[in-house]
Amino acid sequence: MALQSLDILRRSATPTPTPQARNPQEVAKLIDTTVCIGCKACQVACSEWNELRAEVGTCVGVYDNPTDLSSQAWTVMRFNEVEEKGKLEWLIRKDGCMHCADPGCLKACPSPGAIVQFKNGIVDFHQENCIGCGYCISGCPFNVPRLSPADSKAYKCNLCSDRVAVGQEPACVKTCPTGAIQFGSKEDMIEVAQTRITDLQSRGYDQAGLYDPAGVGGTHVMYVLHHADKPALYSGLPDNPSISAVVGVWKGMLKPLATLGVAAAGLFGFFHYITVGPNRADDEDEADHGTPPAPPAQGTKHKERENAL
Amino acid sequence: MKTSEKLIQRYCAAERINHWIVAVCFVLLAISGLAFFYPAFFWLTGVFGTPQLARIVHPFVGVVMFLAFARQFFRYAHHNLINKEDVTWMMSVKEVMKGNEVGDIGRYNGGQKGMFWVMVLCMILLLVSGVIAWRPYFAGYFPIPIIRVALLVHAASALVLIASIIVHVYAALWVQGTIRAMVEGVVTHAWARKHHPRWFRQVTGKETGH
Repeated sequence: MALQSLDILRRSATPTPTPQARNPQEVAKLIDTTVCIGCKACQVACSEWNELRAEVGTCVGVYDNPTDLSSQAWTVMRFNEVEEKGKLEWLIRKDGCMHCADPGCLKACPSPGAIVQFKNGIVDFHQENCIGCGYCISGCPFNVPRLSPADSKAYKCNLCSDRVAVGQEPACVKTCPTGAIQFGSKEDMIEVAQTRITDLQSRGYDQAGLYDPAGVGGTHVMYVLHHADKPALYSGLPDNPSISAVVGVWKGMLKPLATLGVAAAGLFGFFHYITVGPNRADDEDEADHGTPPAPPAQGTKHKERENAL
Repeated sequence: MKTSEKLIQRYCAAERINHWIVAVCFVLLAISGLAFFYPAFFWLTGVFGTPQLARIVHPFVGVVMFLAFARQFFRYAHHNLINKEDVTWMMSVKEVMKGNEVGDIGRYNGGQKGMFWVMVLCMILLLVSGVIAWRPYFAGYFPIPIIRVALLVHAASALVLIASIIVHVYAALWVQGTIRAMVEGVVTHAWARKHHPRWFRQVTGKETGH
């Protein structure tokens, strides 16, 4: 279960409200892609603190290693070479869970308490409740959760909720040698970002900006981007992420519709039976067609009853 | 044994076993599926022991149901081709609801045929969408947007099927003597003459006296 200091704002597959009285401040991790040197110390720190060991891969010709997120790699550096204004730029983005204010994973999850959103904004998976259906993978607009081949449970960055609970910054933040990753209250992080963005804009990056997409209610992992007008340059960061409309219908409208449909079928049957009554094939037909022991008198009686009806 | 009853064989033992395999699978799948669909019914995953077991077992039971249903499809498809009389039946469904017979019905009436094709459609949608969403074996081979559509289609077609099965079960209860066809395999002459007169003539060679 969650630590006491981490109050839960939302809990997967739980229709009733969670305790709402306390209001801790929202936290955020700010990743400044303009300061990142791609050293992957954050990957190592994550691996160490969370006791994860991805299999040693092979060089595939680019710096990305591991090449993708997995249950053993909750954060990976993604490297992309682009030409902007005739200049080669090497855009490096630390990928991982964005800790959305409106988390698609939590919305999709069918298992009560397998995914929680703490009041400080951290979205955490509680694997002991995970059933391995992978709905969170379909719900996520950022393609972040991964099933473990070892136990068929979903894993992702938890923003070191255990460290944050005791007043420490996440391991990646602690280890970053250039200060590209910072951690604090969301309010403070926005302020830090604005200072940095003003600086970048004054130095020629006129499209520099903060990535805190409103489509998912804002995120608790934010990026400073040199090209905030083109997030896709950063290894496919979505331009305007939101929970898929298909997931919205599945987890929204379909439920009341289904309830109505199934209830209508059941109630129709019940009321039909108690008003119209059963549909019987009368026995007198047997008599008419020469079934031996049925006396003709009985047949007549039945006919009369039928006429009366 | 009652000698008074004249009976007609409607379903042989193999057909009955086949039907009840599908039925038992359906009930297990509907219970566990509703548990995955409605948070308040999550406890119904207990039908398979634990939530994790329910998630693991549900798709395998689904495959058994599909295969058993496919056998039924090949048994009954040719009996369920919809003709003009069935359309008349469907148009007069209000009369039918009052307990009156409409038309010279053969082995199956318009409602039963319609139900058959709704079930066929749902079963196909459920299998295809179920395989696409099946973790950890198959979902990884499909792009996430496709899996999202599959999950929606799976839930929607399952709910259509559940509502349809409620109608199917109710119809069998309402038209008395029908359950016996799928339990003992037989129906009475009276039942057949009343509800399926053309089929009655075909199997007995008798006139129904209309």
